[in-house]
Amino acid sequence: MVGHRFLERMIGGGHCSRFRITAFCEESRPAYDRVGLTSFFSGKSAEALSLVEPGRYEAAGIELLVGDRAIAIDREARTVTSARQKTVAYDQLVLATGSYPFVPPIPNKDAPGCFVYRTLDDLAAIRDYAGRSRVGVVVGGGLLGLEAAHALSQLGLQVHVVEFAPRLMALQLDEVGGGLLRSKIEALGVSVHTGKSAAAVELDGDRAAGLRFADGSSLSAELIVFSAGIRPRDQLARESGLELGARGGIVVDDQCRTSDRDVFAIGECALHRGRVYGLVGPGYTMASVAADAVAGMGEERFLGAELSTKLKLLGVDVASFGEPFANGHVMSWFDAASGVYKKLVLSDDRKRLTGGILVGDASAYGQLLQLQQNGVALPPHPEDLILPPRAGAPSAGLGISALPETATLCSCLNVSKGAICAAIESAQLTTVPAIKKCTGAGTGCGSCVPLLSELLNVQLKRAGVAVSNHLCEHFPHSRQELFDLLRLHRVRSFDALIERHGQGAGCEICKPAVASMLASAWNEHVLDKKHLPLQDTNDRYLANIQRDGTYSVVPRVAGGEITPDKLIALGRVAQRYGLYAKITGAQRVDLLGARLEQLPLIWRELIDAGFESGHAYGKALRTVKSCVGSTWCRFGVQDSVSLAIKLENRYKGLRSPHKLKSAVSGCARECAEAQSKDFGIIATEKGYNLYLCGNGGMKPQHAQLFAIDLDEATLIKYIDRFLMFYIRTADRLQRTAGWFNALEGGMDYLREVLIEDSLGICAELEADLLRVVDSYQCEWKATLDDPEKLRQFRPFVNSSEPDPSIVFIHERAQPRPATWAEKTRAQEKTG
Amino acid sequence: MSQAQALVQESWVDVCTLDEILPNTAVCAMVDGQQIAIVRSGAQLYAVDNFDPFSRAFVMSRGIVGDRRGRPMIASPIYKHAFDLQTGACVDDPTVSLRVFAVRVRHGRVEVCERR
Repeated sequence: MVGHRFLERMIGGGHCSRFRITAFCEESRPAYDRVGLTSFFSGKSAEALSLVEPGRYEAAGIELLVGDRAIAIDREARTVTSARQKTVAYDQLVLATGSYPFVPPIPNKDAPGCFVYRTLDDLAAIRDYAGRSRVGVVVGGGLLGLEAAHALSQLGLQVHVVEFAPRLMALQLDEVGGGLLRSKIEALGVSVHTGKSAAAVELDGDRAAGLRFADGSSLSAELIVFSAGIRPRDQLARESGLELGARGGIVVDDQCRTSDRDVFAIGECALHRGRVYGLVGPGYTMASVAADAVAGMGEERFLGAELSTKLKLLGVDVASFGEPFANGHVMSWFDAASGVYKKLVLSDDRKRLTGGILVGDASAYGQLLQLQQNGVALPPHPEDLILPPRAGAPSAGLGISALPETATLCSCLNVSKGAICAAIESAQLTTVPAIKKCTGAGTGCGSCVPLLSELLNVQLKRAGVAVSNHLCEHFPHSRQELFDLLRLHRVRSFDALIERHGQGAGCEICKPAVASMLASAWNEHVLDKKHLPLQDTNDRYLANIQRDGTYSVVPRVAGGEITPDKLIALGRVAQRYGLYAKITGAQRVDLLGARLEQLPLIWRELIDAGFESGHAYGKALRTVKSCVGSTWCRFGVQDSVSLAIKLENRYKGLRSPHKLKSAVSGCARECAEAQSKDFGIIATEKGYNLYLCGNGGMKPQHAQLFAIDLDEATLIKYIDRFLMFYIRTADRLQRTAGWFNALEGGMDYLREVLIEDSLGICAELEADLLRVVDSYQCEWKATLDDPEKLRQFRPFVNSSEPDPSIVFIHERAQPRPATWAEKTRAQEKTG
Repeated sequence: MSQAQALVQESWVDVCTLDEILPNTAVCAMVDGQQIAIVRSGAQLYAVDNFDPFSRAFVMSRGIVGDRRGRPMIASPIYKHAFDLQTGACVDDPTVSLRVFAVRVRHGRVEVCERR
C-alpha cells in the first residue's frame, strides 16, 4: 500500500517523465487495500480491494513486475536483482518491503491448519480450510488479531482469542477499555483468554488440533491464526549492509533516507526515531516525503506520528488517539449498562487535549482527534465532550468551523481542511464521493468521512448552494421525504400529494415514482382510475414494451419450478398468438411480440392454466431463483426450492424503488448465484446465510454477508425489515447496491438498524411489509375481472383493426420485429 | 390563410366520446390511415403524431402526460423523450418534433382535424 502510495505521488507530482521507475511486486497482484482485508470474507472481491486502476502504471510509464520479488541489492554496482533473475540498475532506490507477521517460535507452528493473517492469499487459504473446521483460535488480541477473529466468526467458526498481555489491545486501551471490549466480544460468542502464553501447537496426525499453553492448559481447535504483531521485513537491507535497529527495522532519517543517501525506506520496514509504524497513515506520509525527496522537490519531513486509530472490531467501536497513557488530568465516563467507555487525558491546565480512549461509542473520535492534533483550546467544561447529552442540551462539540484551515482532516492521506475547502470551491464539489475523488481525503481508513460531510454542508451553506435532492421540478422533496409524508398523512393519490407537497401537473419522473410509493405503502391496484395515468407504459399495460411497440409477457414461475402441464400451456399460448419464446436469466419464460389487444386474451389463457402475473413489467420483486437443493442434489444441505417459492410468494407484487431480484442456493456451491442479488440466501448445515445488496447488470456488485446460520423465521423477519427499510429510504430508481453504497456506516449500520433495531422502527417495518403481503392480488386476474380496466387494451379508440405498423419477420422458426429498413422496403413494394 | 387551406381545416373527423379518454392520459385514433395521439392534459385536449421519431414506433399515446416548466408535455414510453403538446417540439432535442393536429369537443364527442 505504501509503495503504491509512493508511485501515486510520483505520478501525481508529474515526476514520471523525468524518472524511469521499475517496481517489484512480490505478490501475484498489484497493491490492494489491506486495511479492508477482512471485507474479503464478506464478499468483497480481490478486484474490489485493488488500489490500482488497471493500466494506471503502464500509462505513467512505470514498469510493474508483478509476482517477482527483489532478492538482492548491490549498492556498489547500484543494481537490484529479482527472484526471476532480472537485474535493474538504479540511481535511487526505495524499499517498501513492509512487514511479516510474527509467529512465536513454538513447536509445530507450521503444521497444516496454522495460518497468518496478512495477504489475500492467506485469507483465501484460511477460507478454504475453514470449511472443514469447527473451532478457530487466534493468537494475538491486538488490532489485527481481533480482525482475524471477526473473519473467522464470519466464516462460521467458533472462535477463541488468546492474548499474552493481561488485556485486549494492550497498546491502545487501558484496563477499563480493554475489559469492556472483552465483555462485548464475549457477548458475541467469541471466547477471550488473556495472560496466556502459547507453548505448542498440538497435532492430530500431521494437522493442527489445538494449542497448548505455558500454564499446562490447552484448547482444541482445527484452525490457528497467528497474529501476534509484526516485524519489519529488513532482510534485503540487512544483506546489503544498511543500518538496522537493534530489534530490526531499517533506520531512516526525517526524509526517509537510510544510512545510504540514495536508498530510502518507507512504511512498516522503516525504523524512524526508534519506532516502527504499523499503521497506514504514517506509512502514507513517509511515502509522500520520500517521493518528494527522490524528485528533489520540497522540504517535507516525516516527524513521527501518533498511533491514533478508530476501528470497528466485531461490531464494537474502538478508538484511541494521541497519548492515551500520558500523565495529565484524566477524565473518564464509564456506563456498564450501555457499554460505553470514554476517557480523555487533558493537559494540566485542562485547556488542551493530550489523548484519549473510546470504546462502545467512537462517534466523537473525528472531532476529538482534531481538537488534540490541532491543539484547539477546549470549551470551559471539557467533560461535556464525553458525557452523554442531557435531553434538550445543545451539543458540546465545537463543530468543524472551530478547526483551523491547517487542521489535517484526513490523516491517512494527509489532507488539510484548507485543501478540502479550496477543492470544494474551485472544482464546485457537492458530494462526499466527489471530495474523495478530487482530494483523496477519506479514501484511507474512512474515519474522517463524517467530518468531510459536515465540512461540505457548512461550505455549501456558506456559498449559498442548496444541495438539491428534489425528486423533480414538481416536488421540492427527496423520495424519502415524500414517502414519509405520504405515510404520515396517509395520502393515497398523486393528486392529493402534489396538491399538498408539490406544484404543477407532474411529469414522467415524479408520476411513476409516486405511483410506486403509493403501491409500496397502500398496495392498491396500479390500474385503478386514479393511479393509471401515473404508470409508465409497462405498468400501465402490465407487460414489457419492446422496441416496436409490442409487449412481452412473463408469467410467474416461482423459484423456477414448473410442471410439464404449465410448460405445455406456455407453448400453446405462444403458438396460438404467434409469440417469440425465450428463456430468461431469472428461470422464467418470456413470450414476446404480443399486440396490445392480445394481452387480455393471452392472460385469460395463462390464468386458466394456473399462472399469475410475474411483475416483470414492474419495479417490483421479479423472481427468487433457486438451485434444485437438497431434495435432488447430492451436495445440497437445505431445500432451496421450497424456500425460494415461499419467499417469492411472500414478496411477489411488492413495488420498490427499482426491481428486486433474489435467489436461494442450497449449499455453498452457490449455483443460484445468490451473491449477485438484492437479497440472496445460501444454505448452511445450520440454517441460512443472508447476503444483501448485490446486483448484476451494468455495474455488477457482490452482495455482502449480513447474517449467518439463520433459521427460516428469523431470515424472513430480516428480509421483511430490509426490504421495507430500502423501499422507504432509497432514491428513485436506486437499486439496493447503490443505496447501500450511499449508506454511511455500511453493513454494520444496516445490522444495527435491522437486527438491533437501533432506530426503533423494526416493528413498523414488519407491519408495513405484512400489509403488502396480505393485500396481494394478481394484477392480471383483477384486470380481467374489470371491464373498465380492460378498455384500454386496444390500439385505436375508433377502430378495432390491428396496428398495421407492427410487422414480423420469421427467423429461426420464430417471429421477430421487422427492422425499419425492412418495413420501408415492404411498404415500397405494396405502395 | 388561403381559401383552400381554410376548407381543408373544416374537415373534422369524429373520434370518440370525451369520457373514453381518462384525464391525463392519451388514446390513439386512426384517422384516414394516420395514427394520431389524442392527449387529455388537465382541461385541455391536444393531438400529435402517435409516431415517436426516436424509437420509430407508434407509441406516443402510451406515454405519460404532464408538464415541464408549466408547458404541457407527453413523454414517449420508449426512450422517455418529452414533447411539447402545444408546438410538438421535443423538449430534449429541439431539432425533432411531432406534427400537431387541431382537436375539439363537440356535444361531448372528440373531433380531430387531420391536417393542420
